[in-house]
Amino acid sequence: MSSGPIVRIEGLTKRFGPIVAVDRVDLEIARGELFALLGGSGCGKTTLLRMLAGFETPDEGRLFIDGQDMTDVPPYRRPVNMMFQSYALFPHMDVATNVGYGLRRDGVKAPEIATRVAEILKLVHLDDHAKRKPSQLSGGQRQRVALARALVKRPKILLLDEPLAALDRKLREATRFEMVRLQEQLGLTFVMVTHDQEEAMSMATRLAVMNAGRIAQIGTPHEIYEHPASRFVADFIGIANILALPEGGWMALRPEKITLAAGRPDLPRAVAGTIVDLAYEGDRSLYHVATEAHGTMIVSAANTSRTAGGAFSRGQQVWLGWSNEAGQRLEA
Amino acid sequence: MRFVIGLPFLWLGLFFLLPCLLVLAIALGTNAPDSVPPVELGLSFKSFALLFSDDLYLAAWLSSIRIAATSTLVALLLGYPMAYAIARAAPNRRPLLLMLVVLPFWTSFLIRIYAWMGLLADNGLIEQFLRWTGLATNPGTILGTEWAVHLGIVYAYLPFMVLPLYATLEKLDDSLLEAAGDLGARPLAAFLTVTLPLSLPGIVAGCLLVFIPAVGEFVIPDLLGGTETLMIGKVLWDEFFTNGDWPLASAVAVCLLVLLVGPIAIFQRNQARSLERRT
Repeated sequence: MSSGPIVRIEGLTKRFGPIVAVDRVDLEIARGELFALLGGSGCGKTTLLRMLAGFETPDEGRLFIDGQDMTDVPPYRRPVNMMFQSYALFPHMDVATNVGYGLRRDGVKAPEIATRVAEILKLVHLDDHAKRKPSQLSGGQRQRVALARALVKRPKILLLDEPLAALDRKLREATRFEMVRLQEQLGLTFVMVTHDQEEAMSMATRLAVMNAGRIAQIGTPHEIYEHPASRFVADFIGIANILALPEGGWMALRPEKITLAAGRPDLPRAVAGTIVDLAYEGDRSLYHVATEAHGTMIVSAANTSRTAGGAFSRGQQVWLGWSNEAGQRLEA
Repeated sequence: MRFVIGLPFLWLGLFFLLPCLLVLAIALGTNAPDSVPPVELGLSFKSFALLFSDDLYLAAWLSSIRIAATSTLVALLLGYPMAYAIARAAPNRRPLLLMLVVLPFWTSFLIRIYAWMGLLADNGLIEQFLRWTGLATNPGTILGTEWAVHLGIVYAYLPFMVLPLYATLEKLDDSLLEAAGDLGARPLAAFLTVTLPLSLPGIVAGCLLVFIPAVGEFVIPDLLGGTETLMIGKVLWDEFFTNGDWPLASAVAVCLLVLLVGPIAIFQRNQARSLERRT
């Protein structure tokens, strides 16, 4: 047991034919983090996760888990377990046999397996489903079996490949909190792959935004949202107005940092415009405002009163204002 | 509409059920060598009684089961790795490999067995090869032995083993094997705990598709086996064509059919169950 990072990745590269899936990635993940790899499809996040699990061998670079070089270690000898996107439950085994599979492979004695399986099934609220086959479970229950099966071996790192993607929206939100609770309760390191920024932002302690096989930015959800390093990150996470600065370069301005008013607001920056489009989202409305200086800008306003469709209407002349600190200067 | 549905049943009734009943009727008749056809219909169990009194028939039946069973086992041991390799091959190469499995069907079964006679004969290609390589100086005759019969059955029925095995192995989700590996299973353990049990329907289907026809096989033991190779299909042929005893030959046929109903029923249930699992 060392006290360094649980994962250290140095210059990791993986090619599939002419495609570079992961391109010289450096990364450190600390103990007890819930780390998210976030990106669109084909950005390399899944390949990176699969290299952590040992399913793909990197072409270049080194991968250390808990200080030990794991680059060439096969999956069955790595102290990590993975929860698959498809869950990959063994269809011919019942829930308890599925969950106990990894312990049996390690030669753990039957009575201890029974206790540990019962414990973990209780933790995921499936103790009364131990004898069911995967085909007899709902999607949410299968997800929890997959989670229990990966957790029961007490891995140093739990890898999660799109853990919530197969669930419907309501269940997904509840499960999000459930998984954060589990992670904190067990004190394990979770590394999760997701394409859903909301998921990554709300669950992760830190996340890496990936693009074209490289890490575009690493940081806490707050840092990533409020201090995006590049136009790509600003644009990928949430909504951003990318404004050209008069002195050259770019600035990202989030829609909720802009004040929308009928008259000229008393703010250092103010532009006039016309509402060309609006989207009512219940708690807030998004307005597309055509401006002379910056083209069409997106502004959000909370719907604090119950006026139909929000406070402003299409075609209305409005003013946009923001403070000097509202925007983030982009480096690239 | 009713006619369309009825047509296959009419066909099966006319060309399958009716002949079966005819065979049963002949089996219950008595031998009449001087009349045409050489049978007198009736309700005699004489032929069946003879089947159970003469050890020859039991011996032939047991020997058929034994030969069919060992051939099935060998076909499974050869066919499983083949099917596995095809299922694991790159998707664009699989059609070619499957084609190669089915390719022998382009030549008549009989001609292929005759070809084996040439290969296995005294001074045939195989013997010459063995001498030339020095592997065996005096290999002895292969043709006319039970070895040759096994070889012929395995050769002829191997595709029927490979195809259902391929069908189940090809459907196997790769992520299941990855999950097994991730949970600490070495490749062999992953095979034994995941691949093998999940391919069981294919194993059962393949084994029965080889075993059922092999039990009643006549051509292979007749052409490749010798006089000492005893198989029920050959006995049937001898009773019918050599001895001209139609009732006895029919009784053998009826017994063979009854004895194969068991394995066929298993096959049907296995198929139905794997269909269910898929839906």
